[in-house]
Amino acid sequence: MKAVVTVVGKDKKGIIARVSGVLFENDINILDISQTIMQDMFTMIMLVDLESSELAVKQLTDKLHIIEKDMDLSIHVQREEIFDSMHRI
Amino acid sequence: MINPFEIIETINMIDKENLDVRTITMGISLKSCAGGDIDVVCGKVYKKITTLAKDLVKVGEDIETQFGIPIINKRISVTPVAALVDALDEPTAEKAVMIAKTLDRAAKTVGVNFIGGYSALVHKDYTNGERILIESIPEALASTDLVCSSVNVGSTRAGINMDAVKQMGDVVKKAAELTRDTQGFACAKLVVFCNAVEDNPFMAGAFHGEGEGECVINVGVSGPGVVKCALETVKDADFGVVAETVKKTAFKITRMGQLVAQEASKRLGVPFGIVDLSLAPTPAVGDSVAYILEEMGLEKCGAHGTTAALALLNDAVKKGGVMASGYVGGLSGAFIPVSEDAGMISAAKEGALTIEKLEAMTCVCSVGLDMIVIPGDTPAATISAIIADEAAIGMVNSKTTAVRIIPAPGKKEGDVVEFGGLLGTGPVMPVKTYSSAEFIARGGRIPAPLQSLKN
Repeated sequence: MKAVVTVVGKDKKGIIARVSGVLFENDINILDISQTIMQDMFTMIMLVDLESSELAVKQLTDKLHIIEKDMDLSIHVQREEIFDSMHRI
Repeated sequence: MINPFEIIETINMIDKENLDVRTITMGISLKSCAGGDIDVVCGKVYKKITTLAKDLVKVGEDIETQFGIPIINKRISVTPVAALVDALDEPTAEKAVMIAKTLDRAAKTVGVNFIGGYSALVHKDYTNGERILIESIPEALASTDLVCSSVNVGSTRAGINMDAVKQMGDVVKKAAELTRDTQGFACAKLVVFCNAVEDNPFMAGAFHGEGEGECVINVGVSGPGVVKCALETVKDADFGVVAETVKKTAFKITRMGQLVAQEASKRLGVPFGIVDLSLAPTPAVGDSVAYILEEMGLEKCGAHGTTAALALLNDAVKKGGVMASGYVGGLSGAFIPVSEDAGMISAAKEGALTIEKLEAMTCVCSVGLDMIVIPGDTPAATISAIIADEAAIGMVNSKTTAVRIIPAPGKKEGDVVEFGGLLGTGPVMPVKTYSSAEFIARGGRIPAPLQSLKN
């Protein structure tokens, strides 16, 4: 199962390191990554593969919420299908 | 990979613009539970509901977490209970209320927000069971927490059953009186329909219709805030652009609903029925249908032009949504429940929005006079006459109309009634004080209207 991890917030050091660290520790492969500044906000979008991990979306979300609080960011983990269905005919 | 702007757009819709799936509603047939012995019937009803819906809430919550889409309500609709009352040996109102209490208990066991279907369809005439069920509605609603009731009093093909209209005025009054301590809350769980639909997932009017199967999943989407925000980007553009913007937004909202419906259907092993494309407001700031109309350029919802704005909105929502879902049904359109919509509450408090204007708006929108609080001393005949007017609009225009009106005991024009939660805040709106009593006392049936010579 693939999921999209979205991180939005004020730019600071270590965002990518910490988020990708959690993914690595839990055996989650990053398939694609894009990072940009959108409306003055740091915006990172990762497509990740949860197949090999034992974590479900809920558990991954809980782990990333710790970083979300620590670094004052907004982090979402959502299954890929929602974006496909809303934006593709 | 999906375009980052599209991902951020979806996240903003959910985080900032109140996009949500309003309800996953499981329709359950109770036909197999009919029988003569009330205790046996109640036992079967409880068992069937708690078996089929045991995972409904958990599946809803799992989908919510995995897709990051808020799913506000999980609900159940059942076969109109009047059919069960008809089959009882020596049916009575007390026995009907026992079934209502069983539904309430089953709903609480599985953890859903509401259960609908304490209903009767009497658009032409009553059976004995239907008559008994309708008599029992005030007591059934006052003695349960989650049970919702609806009565269909008219249809385009049958006309309007004016005996039922007359009776429903009394039923609404009595329901309000029995729940005097909660300002007539029972009436918020009671809808009087014309042309009721069989697969509506929204409360209080949901029931599992005659043509439905054993069990089905229907989903109702929402998202007035998303439509309003989209319209903010096309300020001063002409109506072609406005309609196009609403259509595109409705498409995206509905696709999300379709995805949730398919996923829930798969996980529960229950067929997918329909997606209901309704714009359902909540009292939350920024989740209002009235604000969409105001965004189109009206100073206040209720101003002249409101009906036209609502007609455009309602039509564009359907056009955008229809292509996004394989099966569209239910009520599908814009809802205008006064107490549940921050913009409508404000317009009603200021006197910009009146019952007469709301009645006109119901000619072009999804349902009808919804969640309107009126003075507690309004006579039953006046309530019946309001129902008759609304049913006539539905009957002639071949659309669903409904009345969910609350004569709040002891309250008068200018007072405000707090229901709390999604049901919101209702300013008491004035009704005409001229009597309709002789008109309502006639009874009988208004014949079905012509379907040609339409002018």
